[in-house]
Amino acid sequence: MSFDVYLNVAVGGILTGLVYGLMALGLSVVFGVVRIVNFAHGEMMTIAMYLAVVLFSQFHLDPLLMLVPIAAVLFVCGYALQAGLINPFITRPEHSQFLLLVALGLIIVNSLLIVFGPDARSVQTSYAYDSFQIGPLIVDASKLYAGGAAVVLAALLFAFFRYTLTGTAIRACADNYTGAQVVGLDVKHLYALTFAIGAACVGAAGAIMTLIIDVTPMLGPTYTLLAFVIVVTGGLGSMPGALLGGLLIGLTEAFAGLLFTPSAKSMFAFGILVLVLLFRPQGLLGKRLA
Amino acid sequence: MTALLSLQAVSKRFRGLVAVDRVSFDVPEGAIFAVIGPNGAGKTTLFNLIAGATSPDGGTITFAGNRIEGMTADAVCRRGLARTFQLVRPFPGLSVEDNVIVGALQRRRDVAAAREHALTLLRRLDLFDKRSRLASTLTLPDRKRLEVARALATGPRLLLLDEVMAGLRPTETDRMVATLQALNRESGLTVVLIEHVMRAVMALASRVLVLDHGIAIAEGAPDAVVRDPAVVRSYLGQSHLEGGTS
Amino acid sequence: MIARLSGNLSPRGLIFLAALGAALLIAPFVANDYLLTVLILILYFAYTGQAWNIMMGFAGQLSLGHAIYVGLGAYVAALLFTRYGIAPWIGLLAAIPVTVACGAVIGFLAFRFGVAGVYFAILTIAFAEFARIGFDHLDIVNASAGLFLPVAQYTHNDLWRLRGNPAMFYYVILAATVLAFILSRVLMTSRIGYFWLAIREDEIAASAAGIDTFRYKMYAVMISAAVTAFAGVFYAFFYNNLFPEQVFNISRSIEIILGPIIGGVGTLFGPVLGAFVLTGLAETLNSAMLYFGIDLPGAKQVFYGVCLLLVVLALPNGVWPWLARRLGVAERSR
Repeated sequence: MSFDVYLNVAVGGILTGLVYGLMALGLSVVFGVVRIVNFAHGEMMTIAMYLAVVLFSQFHLDPLLMLVPIAAVLFVCGYALQAGLINPFITRPEHSQFLLLVALGLIIVNSLLIVFGPDARSVQTSYAYDSFQIGPLIVDASKLYAGGAAVVLAALLFAFFRYTLTGTAIRACADNYTGAQVVGLDVKHLYALTFAIGAACVGAAGAIMTLIIDVTPMLGPTYTLLAFVIVVTGGLGSMPGALLGGLLIGLTEAFAGLLFTPSAKSMFAFGILVLVLLFRPQGLLGKRLA
Repeated sequence: MTALLSLQAVSKRFRGLVAVDRVSFDVPEGAIFAVIGPNGAGKTTLFNLIAGATSPDGGTITFAGNRIEGMTADAVCRRGLARTFQLVRPFPGLSVEDNVIVGALQRRRDVAAAREHALTLLRRLDLFDKRSRLASTLTLPDRKRLEVARALATGPRLLLLDEVMAGLRPTETDRMVATLQALNRESGLTVVLIEHVMRAVMALASRVLVLDHGIAIAEGAPDAVVRDPAVVRSYLGQSHLEGGTS
Repeated sequence: MIARLSGNLSPRGLIFLAALGAALLIAPFVANDYLLTVLILILYFAYTGQAWNIMMGFAGQLSLGHAIYVGLGAYVAALLFTRYGIAPWIGLLAAIPVTVACGAVIGFLAFRFGVAGVYFAILTIAFAEFARIGFDHLDIVNASAGLFLPVAQYTHNDLWRLRGNPAMFYYVILAATVLAFILSRVLMTSRIGYFWLAIREDEIAASAAGIDTFRYKMYAVMISAAVTAFAGVFYAFFYNNLFPEQVFNISRSIEIILGPIIGGVGTLFGPVLGAFVLTGLAETLNSAMLYFGIDLPGAKQVFYGVCLLLVVLALPNGVWPWLARRLGVAERSR
């Protein structure tokens, strides 16, 4: 196969990977701060995707525009979820938290199945079949916009954590739970806020994702796993790591789809997960865990 | 007579910090040997090196004629060297009895025999009445005794006790001291203990090693060691030494 | 031996158990086909729950990919039967080494490299997914098109080839569940059981007490895998068709753990009780929906999710410990 094909596949993989990265960012932020393993992550994204689909099919509103409202909805839900349901579980054993979210994920997926049915739904924007040509590169317009949006949002998120007071406060909680309490930070509120931000991330990623793939309820568990692979590969708790992991997985999937069969592409993602867990459990950019 | 436990120039560093610096000492069989020193002197690290929780960067540790440095914690225990923890770690969801049975099963494959041995030890350590209670419901002194019981159940030749007296009231300390003395007398159990509670050290130890900043600064009989100027200086500072208390 | 098995139960508990046993024995004679199928399902989940419990309840290792052992057991036995006419009981003898090897690989990779807790759970999920996608492309088992077992009309029950009417399958799975129960009990009160509990409670303290934690965790995974192999064989010969997408699916893995979690992880009766409660309620819900003409695919799973949620929130140790206290038949604290 010619170089052009590889290049195009790579670019496609990178752009998709950026969206994956945004999705995984949400998970990474939540784990890095609240230390909750959100096993309903992909399911939350699926909700956002369905929201985008409904808004598009009913009101012809472009998902990229609806990004903000959808993220806002997920933000509120995330806050309520953390403050209301999950908070008491922070001190409970790990597998308890895990199972709580597994239960939630199960409920979400199947509720979506009941409401929307198993068939795939898609968003056919006006530019769905457009593409740009830059030299040998032929880039899908949807993927380009998707990747671009993901980058912008990721940058905003980084800026938030780096430069705002709230962002700094949240990072303080992550570093030292007791210490943060001692200096008077309202940790419960900050945790809920963090979860809400993570949810908003995943909401935005979901809205963007509708440009690239069709949505079915079973996408939830698939993307939860993918998010975990990305976050573990990139480094749990590392935000740049999540993006890097996303890119890596996006590329892997793209090439696996090209060189083998498309349906087997997730196998490679899992292969990477196993390798990372074995040889570099802290991930590419993560800190060594105690 | 060769020592039961022998350390030769054992060292351990953590990145830039030298926690244990070429420490050597011998513990003869049947002795009660105490390791004392100010906080951060490297005592627990030393213990962790002996017990196999971590491996030394240099030096050798010989137990009953075999080199044990670098062995895993469970292998060290099976060789006859049992330990307790500074922050006690009983099995919280198991009963007192079951806690000790776990230890007893090291040397006895049959559960019934292990139970019998466990109950004997519980009687010895005054925990028999509480044998059916969950370990998590015990008071701190009882939990410490439980850990000692569990360690003893593994049938060790040498017992490593990490600050077992910490948090005990004087009467409880005396009780523990009496128990350890009895065990040492009757079964020849060798004991190496890290201690801050000088009351216990003076009552129990036949020999004391003093660590400061990872270095062994004094070793000898308890009375001599506590009067050693280097020791006084490490605990109380140079000016105090000059001011003189003793 | 009866005393050893039931040593912890009060007389009231023993009577209850005996009554239950009797009821289960005569069920095929009084129940209709549908109810019998439900009972088979309940016992199947009770069995797999027990197998899973060995790893989690006793050794504290959370496996969320247990469907891989069911799938492997099912495919090995089914393949040997369809290609070489080998009876399932012999197929089981071939399936067990396969599942044990798989468990050993997962265990070795995890334990040698210090993968624990949630990471271990994710690793198990990854392996199951790997198997699902892998088998979907494996021609020798017909890939995603599915593997079918010949279902001829047998005039009599063929226990050797596991071909027959539901009643036969019922007694097979009932016997298996009872055996699994006995095995759990034996393991729990043996030396290996004590070591597992110690590891579950505090691995570092267990190590300091002389337990080779790596070895015993491996035992837990391998024994659990071996026991689960039979569930796979049963599954293959009862349903007579295997699709990788279904057999290795994460939903199957979650179904396996629901019984023990709801009933009570680490207890003897938990998995069995959980299976009864969960499947019983689910089928009641199903029947009710059918009666009212409501057709909601996915409703059962929502129900499972809600049950799991409620249990995790309100009764984290499961229903059995709570129920046992109420009925005064509590197991001795373990």
